[in-house]
Amino acid sequence: MIALLGTGSLLLALACAVGGLGVLVVGHSRKDPRGLIWGYRAAISILTFVTLAVVDMETALVGFDFSIRYVAANINRVTPLLFRIAGLWGALEGSILLWVWILSGLTVLVAHRYRSRHPGFLPYVLGVLFAIATFFLGLIAGPANPFTRLAVTPPDGVGLNPLLQNHLLMAIHPPLLYLGYVGFSVPYAFAMGTLLSGQHREEWTSITRRWTLVAWTALTAGLFLGARWSYDVLGWGGYWAWDPVENAAVMPWLVATAFIHSSMVQARRQLLRGWNLALIILVFLLTIFGTFLTRSGVIASVHSFTQSLIGPLFIAFLSVATLVSLGALFWRRKQTPDEGGFDSLLSRESMMLINNLILVTMAFTVFLGTIFPLVVEVATGAKVTVGPPFFDRVVGPLGVLLLLAVGSGTALRWGRSGRDDLRKLGALAAGAVAITGALAASGVRSPTALTALGAAVFVALAQVTEYVRGALAHRAATGEGLLASVAALFSINPQRYYGYLTHLGLVVAVAGIVASQSGRIEVQNHLTVGETMQVGAYTLRLESLEALVGADRIIVAAPLTIGILDGTAQAGTARSSGDVDILRPSENFFRQSRTPVATPAVRSTWRDDLYVTLLAFDPREQSAVVRVVISPMVSWLWAGGAIMVGAGVLASWPTRRR
Amino acid sequence: MKRARLVLAAILVVGALLYLIIGGIRGAIVYYTTPSELLAQGASAVGRSIRLGGQVAPGSKKWNAQTLDLRFVLTDGKASVPVVHHGAPPDLFTEGQGAVVEGTYGTDGIFTAHAIIVKHSEQYAPPVSP
Repeated sequence: MIALLGTGSLLLALACAVGGLGVLVVGHSRKDPRGLIWGYRAAISILTFVTLAVVDMETALVGFDFSIRYVAANINRVTPLLFRIAGLWGALEGSILLWVWILSGLTVLVAHRYRSRHPGFLPYVLGVLFAIATFFLGLIAGPANPFTRLAVTPPDGVGLNPLLQNHLLMAIHPPLLYLGYVGFSVPYAFAMGTLLSGQHREEWTSITRRWTLVAWTALTAGLFLGARWSYDVLGWGGYWAWDPVENAAVMPWLVATAFIHSSMVQARRQLLRGWNLALIILVFLLTIFGTFLTRSGVIASVHSFTQSLIGPLFIAFLSVATLVSLGALFWRRKQTPDEGGFDSLLSRESMMLINNLILVTMAFTVFLGTIFPLVVEVATGAKVTVGPPFFDRVVGPLGVLLLLAVGSGTALRWGRSGRDDLRKLGALAAGAVAITGALAASGVRSPTALTALGAAVFVALAQVTEYVRGALAHRAATGEGLLASVAALFSINPQRYYGYLTHLGLVVAVAGIVASQSGRIEVQNHLTVGETMQVGAYTLRLESLEALVGADRIIVAAPLTIGILDGTAQAGTARSSGDVDILRPSENFFRQSRTPVATPAVRSTWRDDLYVTLLAFDPREQSAVVRVVISPMVSWLWAGGAIMVGAGVLASWPTRRR
Repeated sequence: MKRARLVLAAILVVGALLYLIIGGIRGAIVYYTTPSELLAQGASAVGRSIRLGGQVAPGSKKWNAQTLDLRFVLTDGKASVPVVHHGAPPDLFTEGQGAVVEGTYGTDGIFTAHAIIVKHSEQYAPPVSP
């Protein structure tokens, strides 16, 4: 029943998407305004049917309907409710269902909001959205149908991958990432709409500005939460490994960040029109590519993806979308001329162009590194991987250049900078050099870390200067206090001042990344109960071994008492300042998994993180093997991410129209 | 004229970036081989960064928890390579199962692994019921 209802809903949704595309085309060719009305109805129908399918799937997951293959493969009788619900995005078929659900919701929002305001433009936009929905609906109505039934209903399911079931973030990270991914379909649809309609519509960037910000913010949150999940769950004490799955999410983020900046140049100077269209097309293609990369199994091996139709269909869709988009861009290139040009290299728009080039190069680098193994495997049959050193070596220096461009762009003005702007730039640079010198004097030795931190300080100083300048001018004009003036800036020009706040968040995150990468200490050690080890300024004493039996797992924990060495004690006579904390790293033996999954324990302060993973234990000997990682300032990374996401949310928050 | 200057600046920037990329991709490539392929390459494989994938030969795993010295043999059925690693075996590491190690092959015929790679695939085989 559930299977029938689900598949039926998906087929009806598919029919509505195709039908919607049809009525829009017919309505347009006959210049009949009813086309748009029927298009709107089609959008609502798609949303209704996909919602039905989602509810249906959730019913099956929550109600343990193991006759459905997807349910049997992803949950079992002891999976907690939250993770049964989250099972929807635990694997390929369900996550594409989620993809389509978000897309159909956004399509209705777009149709509802703009059908009376932009009746001439909207049919193209809706048409593009319907075309995307048609592909994904075809995928899950056909080869990736989540409602496929099993011939024999098993008594119990396999269960979610223990790594995914081990953390609450699993419940919110994928939907946010998908909201980010799918959100970019809207600006893409408007961009394609302006190209297909045959006349340039300058308003496409201003209409999609908020959509882009929301998608960007969701993607940023998704990225940071993904890094946090990796840190909390995987047990190696790191948060980023240049894994293809991570790369798939970071590529569209980089290009979208470029787009947000270059669309400001278009709004302000009527420049970069063609470039903006190209960028948003690229973002969209990268989101599809990312979904393909993470969900088709192509990463494991090129050969695995030919085993089902899903991979080839993705490639086909990606090729068609690329050809149509770039074809339209080329065909209509004459309609998107820039008015005037760049007046000076020393201007905000030039710096934004430079940051665009750097961001796109970063994305291109990550792309090369990610697909290189696939290309080599297809061409020679040899399996190779491109290790993190490649990404670090290229993205690191590019990141420093990017920071320099961000700082300079903030300090310079639109058009052409005057002598006082250059003086300001010089003062900022001098300030950054001075602070970097102080950092070097206070013990930061690594030249790489100093360079990166110096660039970050430069950015921070530039943002703070803008707040101070703006606030001083506001105070002079209104007589309000300085703090009230800073607060007023956000409501006067939210785009600009929340933008600076995002930059500050980036600086905090960069500081966290640089410090945690360059100052990391890792030790593995064997401890018997009662034994103490010392790592950095911490002492760890193994207290005992504990076993706990839970519903879906058995947990073995190794409580460790943490002490901090007294920094004032004489060298060689290190004295502990007493026990400050107890950490309980553990291993989880899930019912459905042959091997245990470790849960690290972390003591996090603004200065550093003490991260302990239980690697092995011996109950007879009463001993444990632990990995201890000390990474300075990891919490800055999360704080920076929170600032960036917060600024993004506030900047895209709806304001009343004046 | 201004346009030309800007184009020139852009070319310079792009050129520098490309130089960085090409410089980076060299030496960062890790070759993935099986024990048979590794033995067939012989001396030419020594010193390169390699990912070696195979099965952990049953009965070959020796781990000293005190010294954190892990030794095992990776096999593909035809050839076997002894591997040493300093550190605890990761959670998903068991005899008779597949494993991928990253490191270098020595002239003594022993593979020194600096990392044992755990795949996080989303598909897990169910435990075999007794």
